Amino acid sequence: MRPFKHLFGITDLDSEQIKYLVNLGHSFIDINRRSIKKAPTLRGKTIINLFFENSTRTRTSFELAGKRLSADVINISASTSATKKGESLLDTGMTLAAMQPHVLVIRHSIAGTCEFLADYLGDTSIVNAGDGAHEHPTQILTDLLTLKQSWDSMEDKVITIVGDIAHSRVARSHLIAAQKLGYKMRVVAPKTLLPSDIERYGCEVYHDFDAALPGSDAVYMLRMQTERMTDNCSIPSIREYHEAYGLNRARLNAAGSDTLVLHPGPMNRGVEIATDVADSVNSHVLSQVEHGVAIRMAVLAALCGGNDAEEIPPKRNRRTKREMEEDAMKSKEGFWS
Amino acid sequence: MTDTVLFDNTALEDALIRMAAAITGTEIYLVGIHSGGAKVANAIQIQLEDAGNTVHRGNLDISFYRDDLDTIGPNPEVRPSELPFDVSGKEVWLVDDVLYSGRTIRAAMDELFDYGRPSSIKLAILVDRGGRQLPISANCVGLTHNAPANCTVKLITKGTWHIEQRQVK
Repeated sequence: MRPFKHLFGITDLDSEQIKYLVNLGHSFIDINRRSIKKAPTLRGKTIINLFFENSTRTRTSFELAGKRLSADVINISASTSATKKGESLLDTGMTLAAMQPHVLVIRHSIAGTCEFLADYLGDTSIVNAGDGAHEHPTQILTDLLTLKQSWDSMEDKVITIVGDIAHSRVARSHLIAAQKLGYKMRVVAPKTLLPSDIERYGCEVYHDFDAALPGSDAVYMLRMQTERMTDNCSIPSIREYHEAYGLNRARLNAAGSDTLVLHPGPMNRGVEIATDVADSVNSHVLSQVEHGVAIRMAVLAALCGGNDAEEIPPKRNRRTKREMEEDAMKSKEGFWS
Repeated sequence: MTDTVLFDNTALEDALIRMAAAITGTEIYLVGIHSGGAKVANAIQIQLEDAGNTVHRGNLDISFYRDDLDTIGPNPEVRPSELPFDVSGKEVWLVDDVLYSGRTIRAAMDELFDYGRPSSIKLAILVDRGGRQLPISANCVGLTHNAPANCTVKLITKGTWHIEQRQVK
């Protein structure tokens, strides 16, 4: 299997790597359930969580994942960082990388932030914890682990993803994963909430939620990403949206009693999902949260383990590690004489 | 590369019988180490249950407790550890197929303690091949063989069970 250096998105993973990470995540579930939730796997590793967007579950689960594997974890949020003093993203990244962490976990509102920084940060592994409307790979791995607990196989399964597809990095990553793993995706949204290039993902597109429900093995509800909407004319009103695209009990019944209900969180009850559906036995939302910790443990272990990941030299703006080591060796003697 | 059969199936079956006889108690807690140790533990469990003992089984995958993650990376075939009983206050028998450096056993003891506080841990080993790097010894050894450092000793379970010695490099 190809070794890991960074995790930017599902795009960069092949199906073998996806399966490996999900299986590895499965074996970490147990550690999170026992009374002593600690294993020494990442002892001596340093992980920095750099979050430029708000987050409860992703940030907490990355933090718990690192800590439960004995890594030292630092959390930085944009509101308390030097970016408030005018420091650029690149300078913040290079500053943190100079402190020699093993992994930098980054969430940012701009797509491609992780790839951009990786060019400058040399040895530090970078994990994408969500970049704009681009990708959110650990969420998809988490969902696959949740589905793996309920289904024998992904083959020929139909996942119907509903809501704000246009602004959803979760939807985009799922559409890419579906093509690699061979499950079917139906996307359901009003035209105003669909990306213009949706056809290229090879999914079925519906504007009528009720037409998409029969035959859906899982219904994946998305939150309206109002923070990414540049105008307020995507939907007429929240109430009307809920009527047309909200998952209520009648729609769940139409999909079938075995249909799984998933949501990446945070949920807006009464908007995309009715409260009784969110709390129903079909809802696997809290399993997703639990598996999120296990998957992030797997990702961190995969990135920190093994020396055979290829060395990627920094492009510019930074001396190589060897140059820095050579500098550290010279010019010490006689400095004070 | 030369493969030598160190012990054949008959020798292994005798060894398993002797090992089961050495493990006593009315309630026996057997924990196999993935993957060879789990197979040996299964074989011992059959012997013990035939003799009328109650056996509780668990398995550990010690991949996350190894001290060489940096050099070898995560094991691609990691499996979840399963300990369906509370280890606290119990005498736990760790079971593995081959005892070499002792690092696996150290890791297994570390993991076991993260599940609780056993009253004691004992070690049953099918083959002790020597070459210890840690102060660890087994309470119950099926077979002994001093293997040179440039050899691996493996339990082969494909077909009839046997122990193979293979020279590396």
